[in-house]
Amino acid sequence: MSLKDKLDELHQRGLAEIKKSTDLKDVNQVRVSLLGKKGPITEVLRGMRDLDAEERPKVGAFANEIRDDLTAALTKRREELENAVLNARLANEKIDVTLPGTPVAKGEPHVIQQIIDQIEDLFLGMGYQVLSGPEVEEDKYNFEMMNLPKNHPARDMQDTFYITKEILMRTQTSPMQARTLEKHDFSQGPLKMISPGVVYRRDTDDPTHSHQFHQVEGLVIDKHITMADLKGTLQVLAHELFGDKFDVRLRPSYFPFTEPSVEADITCFNCGGKGCNVCKNTGWIEVLGAGMVHPNVLKMAGVDPDVYGGFAFGVGPDRFAMLKYGVDDIRNFYLNDVRFLTQFTKKG
Amino acid sequence: MKISYNWIKEYLDLDVKPADLAEKIERTSVEVDDVVTPSDGLKKIVVGHVLSIEAHPDSDHLHICQVDVGEDEPLQIVCGAPNIDKGQMVIVALPGSRIADNVKIKKSKMRGIPSAGMICALQEIGFSDDVVPKDYVDGIYVLPADATPGDDVYDYLGMNDSLIDLDVTPNRGDMLSLNGTLRDLAAIYDKPVTLDQPEVKETGDAIADQLTIHTDADLAPQYRMRLVKQIKIAPSPMWLQIRLWNAGYRPINNVVDITNYIMLKYGQPLHAFDYDKFAGQEVYVRNAKAGEKLTTLDEGEHDLDDHDIVIADDKAPIALAGVMGGLSTSITDETTTVAIEAAVFEHDHIRKAAQRHNLHTDASQRFERGVNRAGVQDALDAAAEMMTDLADGAVQTGTAVGSDNVPEPAVIPLSLSHVNAVLGTDLELAKVVHILESLGFTVATAGEDMTVTVPIRRNDIHIPADLLEEIARIYGYDELPTTLPTGRMTMGTLTSAQKLMRATRHSLEGLGLNQAISYALTTADKAKMFMMQPSEETNLAWPMSVDHAVLRMNVVTGLLDDIAYNTARKVKDVALYEQGRVFYREDGNDRPSEEEHIAGAITGTLMPAGWNQPAKDVDFYQIKGIVEAYLKDMAINGDVTYEANADMPEMHPGRTADILVHGHRIGFMGQVHPTIAKKFKIGATYVFELNLQAIIDMPKQENQYDVISRYPAITRDIAMLVPDEVTNDQIVALIEKRGGAFLQSVKLFDVYDGVKVPKGKKSLAYTLTYQDKHETLVDDAVTQAFEKVEKRLQDDLGAEIR
Ligand SMILES: [Zn+2]
Repeated sequence: MSLKDKLDELHQRGLAEIKKSTDLKDVNQVRVSLLGKKGPITEVLRGMRDLDAEERPKVGAFANEIRDDLTAALTKRREELENAVLNARLANEKIDVTLPGTPVAKGEPHVIQQIIDQIEDLFLGMGYQVLSGPEVEEDKYNFEMMNLPKNHPARDMQDTFYITKEILMRTQTSPMQARTLEKHDFSQGPLKMISPGVVYRRDTDDPTHSHQFHQVEGLVIDKHITMADLKGTLQVLAHELFGDKFDVRLRPSYFPFTEPSVEADITCFNCGGKGCNVCKNTGWIEVLGAGMVHPNVLKMAGVDPDVYGGFAFGVGPDRFAMLKYGVDDIRNFYLNDVRFLTQFTKKG
Repeated sequence: MKISYNWIKEYLDLDVKPADLAEKIERTSVEVDDVVTPSDGLKKIVVGHVLSIEAHPDSDHLHICQVDVGEDEPLQIVCGAPNIDKGQMVIVALPGSRIADNVKIKKSKMRGIPSAGMICALQEIGFSDDVVPKDYVDGIYVLPADATPGDDVYDYLGMNDSLIDLDVTPNRGDMLSLNGTLRDLAAIYDKPVTLDQPEVKETGDAIADQLTIHTDADLAPQYRMRLVKQIKIAPSPMWLQIRLWNAGYRPINNVVDITNYIMLKYGQPLHAFDYDKFAGQEVYVRNAKAGEKLTTLDEGEHDLDDHDIVIADDKAPIALAGVMGGLSTSITDETTTVAIEAAVFEHDHIRKAAQRHNLHTDASQRFERGVNRAGVQDALDAAAEMMTDLADGAVQTGTAVGSDNVPEPAVIPLSLSHVNAVLGTDLELAKVVHILESLGFTVATAGEDMTVTVPIRRNDIHIPADLLEEIARIYGYDELPTTLPTGRMTMGTLTSAQKLMRATRHSLEGLGLNQAISYALTTADKAKMFMMQPSEETNLAWPMSVDHAVLRMNVVTGLLDDIAYNTARKVKDVALYEQGRVFYREDGNDRPSEEEHIAGAITGTLMPAGWNQPAKDVDFYQIKGIVEAYLKDMAINGDVTYEANADMPEMHPGRTADILVHGHRIGFMGQVHPTIAKKFKIGATYVFELNLQAIIDMPKQENQYDVISRYPAITRDIAMLVPDEVTNDQIVALIEKRGGAFLQSVKLFDVYDGVKVPKGKKSLAYTLTYQDKHETLVDDAVTQAFEKVEKRLQDDLGAEIR
């Protein structure tokens, strides 16, 4: 038997043994027995001395070839066996992926806060400041400087929690407008502000009345502000809060602090404007009051109404939330039932 | 005010449906509450002629009636009304008809006798009890004798008219009348309108010989009376009764009905006195005297004082001016001479009188808003004329006048450029002038400048801005362009305080708390619990209820109320925070100062039990974890420390800590005292409250980048027994102080206080991490530093290293 034949045989036998091995230990043994220092290949190579100088490199190359092939076969077999072990383990680790995930503690902003934040962000983007004033106000700022002198009939329209004759719980956030108007330096630019906050009315709590609720009032004063600007601003607000499909219309109204005064309606949520019970078949729902700032309000704050003018509006986030989500009882906003609070979580 | 569509159509040639007219009014003038056609929803209700009646054999009050309803055979109807009589024309609901409240009428038997329909009272076909004439309140209604059996009843009763209910704003007193509404509609539809002019036939003696009026013009700027004699009191004709009940007034008799009718038409409240019941021939408009009393028409008794304005005769008050007449001089069936009063009273007086006596009448409502001061005599004359026509009265010659102050009309300058500058429009002068003139205003022009004279009836128009509103609404708000303000740029940014408040909310939400908004007005008890500083209470002068009477001086109690509300509804796991104001008041100040606070409350478990984890009840360390994480987020530049506080009465004495920054107390946290929790009817609850304003005001750390060391860190664990009173804070402080230059962190990983530890001791274990940022640390260096710490712990804190 020539050396080459021997090597051939060793090759075939080695491959068969590798194939037969069933675990990593087997593979290791085969490796040692075939390729080890005392293994048959080493032995065969030792016999090369007896060959011709011409034959020797050929056989050497052939032996290396066989050794490489066997090493590769061993590696492959080892990987196969390792994979099999891993797959067996993974098969064992299978879980029910439909079981619920582990809960994560997560809080939500109040729905009214969400609406206020949305309004704030919109107006910040249009260059307005956000200003909040005291909740306990002077009669002067809450009423008198809003063109509501002591005996004004409209004071009956907003029943007030008084603390003393001159101190009261603010019934609107517009006192902050008067306070800001008094201080604003028009040489530095126009006044554009919104004032969000809590307000109070002397009401008995029921599904549609709350003695505490929220308001966001807006005010823009400059040299060339028009009623058309008011209309456009209210439309932007409606689109932001409710969507582009909602239209705004103005109706005459009366507020002592604005002239002209308007009420703004938006397209009915319930019927989309076709007319239904919610909107009394008008297709419209009243959502806010607005108007051009009354010259008396400007005058009382030391602003010249012949030079400056502008608009003001007031919206009720509580009412918006009730309309937008169909909340039928305003008290829900202040009782803080967790099942209520955690319904308004959609952020996408 | 309910205004009749048919009445409007008598004067204005309009080709619009009632609903469209209402819509137009709402878009252009005043709000409309609703539009109602009384016959809507009714079916098969006709005139019946009662041919005969006989008593029901089995009833002492039912009658069996044969009723002609215009068909071949009369219907047999059983009727229980006490006033049913043979020969009457009555309202019959036929079998298959529909009456008020959608009730269907079918053939039936009443105590064995077949009854084919029903004879109706007005209430049964939708009339309110308040408007049904007194004679028919407790029985069926009797139609006029000339009614035709079988006809629908609706036209006989004015039920096919549509009534538009106007919700008139306080400035538009003129719209509380037909005439005022007609004038506005004339402008809105741009159509001419001609209003009635009264024509009085004076047939009697001079009034001056029969009546003298003494008036203080400050109390009543105008006060006029006419005298009508030989009056025959009777029911009003149907057309007048229909006008009244459709407007919501009960027909009473011709004289009273005329005063109400004139008020509806002219907006001028009138009062009719029985002249023969006056003591003397003098009438006074004066302040009441303390101790005087008056019984008003509604039989209400009123104690008067010198704030009240009364109409008085020689002896006593006979009316509360502008609010309600007195009973003693009221019109009765026997009245023959009527004194009609038409006056103007100051709105302020009337408003206060109506409030003081809790008498809000249609008259007071109109005086409060102001009546047409140029139309007082017209209204008086129109009433006198009607009393001749409807009560055969003889109007005495002349008007008795106590005062006669008619104001000058307002004259207002207005420029076209101003109109367009404010409205954002591009109107032409002719258009603006036309709008103003259509409202009955007089306009003189010079170039683009206008001088507008406003009729006295429009007492709401004084300044150019008022005219702008008139122009805008008649032109149409829909026609205005839609633009956004232009002009100099302004920055819209939140202040740092506002940013921090937003960050606060986001942080606490991230930590698992839901935002609550509770009531700031609370009970006196709750207002002063959990106080962080001494303060006086701030009380409402006239609270609606004791539950909301005092301004809160803490935020926590509101959250406890919320938890109680949830607990009562079986919601056990509640985690809330609230950001809001508390109100502290110093003695001597009326007005409290307001401080922003942030508070949180947790009860039950933060993380509910799941299939793979048990529920863990809330505890002190959870609320502390939230507070720590929140304060870390706020990056206050200073040491935050926690000190046990056993002295807050509402808090668990062993589980409460003050929260301090740089030694300055900014809040507290811990477990609500079990007795307080019991009062609120809630379980174990942990809370915190912080002075948010203080957090806003404190200096903050900036974010900065620290190189992350490439060299490995070495850790050493140390476990020790220390006396119970030694705190974690003490141990950590000592380790940090004595740990050497390479100590990076100290982390507590075990606390054991069980049976294996001697009494009076506890076991604590920490991991100390060492690292050198510039080279690999040598083990020896760490060992040296560590041993030093061990020694200090033994020496200074009596620790037994284990
Ligand atoms: Zn609708």
